[in-house]
Amino acid sequence: MSTTTNPEMTMTKAGRYGDFGGQYVPETLMPELIRLDNAFQHYQHDADFQAELTDLLNNYANRPSLLSYAKRMSADLGGAQIYFKREDLNHTGAHKINNVLGQALLAKRMGKTRLIAETGAGQHGVATATIAALFGMDCEIYMGKMDTDRQALNVYRMELLGAKVHPVTTGSMVLKDAINAALQAWTQRCDDTAYIMGSATGPHPFPTMVRTFQSVISEEARKQSLELIGHLPDAVVACVGGGSNAIGSFANFIDDPDVQLIGCEAAGKGVTTPLTAATIECGRTGIFHGMKSIFLQDADGQISPVYSISAGLDYPGVGPEHARLAETGRAQYVGVTDDEAVDAFEYLAKTEGIICAIESAHAVAYVQKLAPTMRPDQTIICTLSGRGDKDVAAIAKYRGVTLNED
Amino acid sequence: MKTKLTQAFRNHKALISFVVAGDPDFKQTVDHVVALAEAGCDIVELGIPFSDPVADGPEIQAADLRAFDSKTTPERVFEMVAAIREQTDISLVFLTYANLVYQYGYVAFAKRCAALRVSGLIIPDLPLEEQGELRPALVAQNVALIPLIAPTTTPDRIAAIAKAATGFIYVVSSMGVTGMRQSLTTDLTPLITAIRAETDTPIAIGFGIHTPEQAQKMAEQADGVIVGSAMVHEIASQQDVVAKLTTYTHELRQAVDSVAN
Repeated sequence: MSTTTNPEMTMTKAGRYGDFGGQYVPETLMPELIRLDNAFQHYQHDADFQAELTDLLNNYANRPSLLSYAKRMSADLGGAQIYFKREDLNHTGAHKINNVLGQALLAKRMGKTRLIAETGAGQHGVATATIAALFGMDCEIYMGKMDTDRQALNVYRMELLGAKVHPVTTGSMVLKDAINAALQAWTQRCDDTAYIMGSATGPHPFPTMVRTFQSVISEEARKQSLELIGHLPDAVVACVGGGSNAIGSFANFIDDPDVQLIGCEAAGKGVTTPLTAATIECGRTGIFHGMKSIFLQDADGQISPVYSISAGLDYPGVGPEHARLAETGRAQYVGVTDDEAVDAFEYLAKTEGIICAIESAHAVAYVQKLAPTMRPDQTIICTLSGRGDKDVAAIAKYRGVTLNED
Repeated sequence: MKTKLTQAFRNHKALISFVVAGDPDFKQTVDHVVALAEAGCDIVELGIPFSDPVADGPEIQAADLRAFDSKTTPERVFEMVAAIREQTDISLVFLTYANLVYQYGYVAFAKRCAALRVSGLIIPDLPLEEQGELRPALVAQNVALIPLIAPTTTPDRIAAIAKAATGFIYVVSSMGVTGMRQSLTTDLTPLITAIRAETDTPIAIGFGIHTPEQAQKMAEQADGVIVGSAMVHEIASQQDVVAKLTTYTHELRQAVDSVAN
């Protein structure tokens, strides 16, 4: 096992985090989910599988990722010492590849020849298309039409990698709708096809699998923190859409009560407006996308259209383990607006020379608020979940700058 | 559990239709259900529209959107049923997604069903593993929880689902989502035989059935036939819908009745 944390520690019974989680899917998919869970349980303890995964993580995906000291930002903010966990330096430019390598390797072991996935910002789709190419598997990606428009570069990137991209035109045409379409496609064809879920969401075993494969982030961060700083961090900060990079960043610190865990949700235009994606702050318990968790919904339970400048955080739900961590108070979740995230995106570029993903900029924005309230002998680890090349055009547009792309 | 639903299968092969409540509006849904009852349907499934119907194909998704356009909510659907009940005593079941029932409250929802003589619930995203949280509320009100069995369902699951089934068992004819299919190729005989070995609960086949020939073929294998998207397709035409539903139901009724019970 490449990770040290046992998912059962916060899991109360199979697939449940408190009352959250479960398997709320059509019967057609249940037998496949059971097969997947059995395979996952088996290969989690299979030395060959783990060795192959570790080799791919280290020699293909460029792990371990750096833990970089943000010297100028720490000095500028004048409080806690800030370190970045640099998932943006992974191959394909985001944390998504950690999970895709794990799930795709599992799919290969299960005899699957075809991968399908949903994607929001496109990072998970790119990672899935990449590994499909590496493994010689067919690949089809479902992406909301809104997102294929605002992340056109990633669409082309997936096509370059040999994947077929389906723009999804139902609902509000974003991540939620892409998941609906991918689940439907999986219902039609699951015998040779693995669904590579990108976030720590969906029916069991996906939230646990994604957490397990992403917990390499905090496994490394914990070790690096002890080596570089000499002690554990005082706070770990990560952005949360469905919550895969956040649960990966938290996993190996959950049992260290002195480490504060903070998830940053996309508040969009603000939590008092309908143009938000701050699920934990504004939502309530419900059942959707195969899980009982917290969702943004109306009084009847119809799932709300959500909004964020970030295609990757633009999701009306959150993974069941985050719902549980919020319920027990082990982690705190805060909203960060579009404006704050864009400011942080620019601040990080100018202060540290890092253009991070707009998703990650939500975490950076909260660190800007948190660090000055802490002492200089305290430390914060902030996960930079991805790099921001894909967002440059959208940020320019947000600032009213016209780029000549001809 | 003997319910009004099982009675619907007693004397002949049951014809079950599906419409989305509120498609295209309150009054027309009432008229459509009454027409279906009068034309010879044994059971009508009323869909309560959900924002994200992951088990449904394009035809029913579009019907859900039309229902939302006419401001349909679960509460309005209960009012529709009350209006339907002034005109017909036909067996009714609801088909909807777990979140709408969860938000209404399992006990409150079951009580409303019982009060309106709605005999059962079909919830595509509530598989056997998750039914425990809802079942006691339904049992207390004698409302059936109608399970689905798919071509992928394994023998051990067939046994467990059949044992827990009330009302009838909904056999999904083929992989994928709801919607009309040109041909139904899955051979359901082994599946039906496996279910029959476990239970006397009636079995109805749905997903993709639209021609009378398909209905007849399915009726030969099971106790009932479910026609959904094809009904919704007639409603979507928005012209002479009551007449079309009546004629279509007569054709299906004849096809189904040509098979001895």
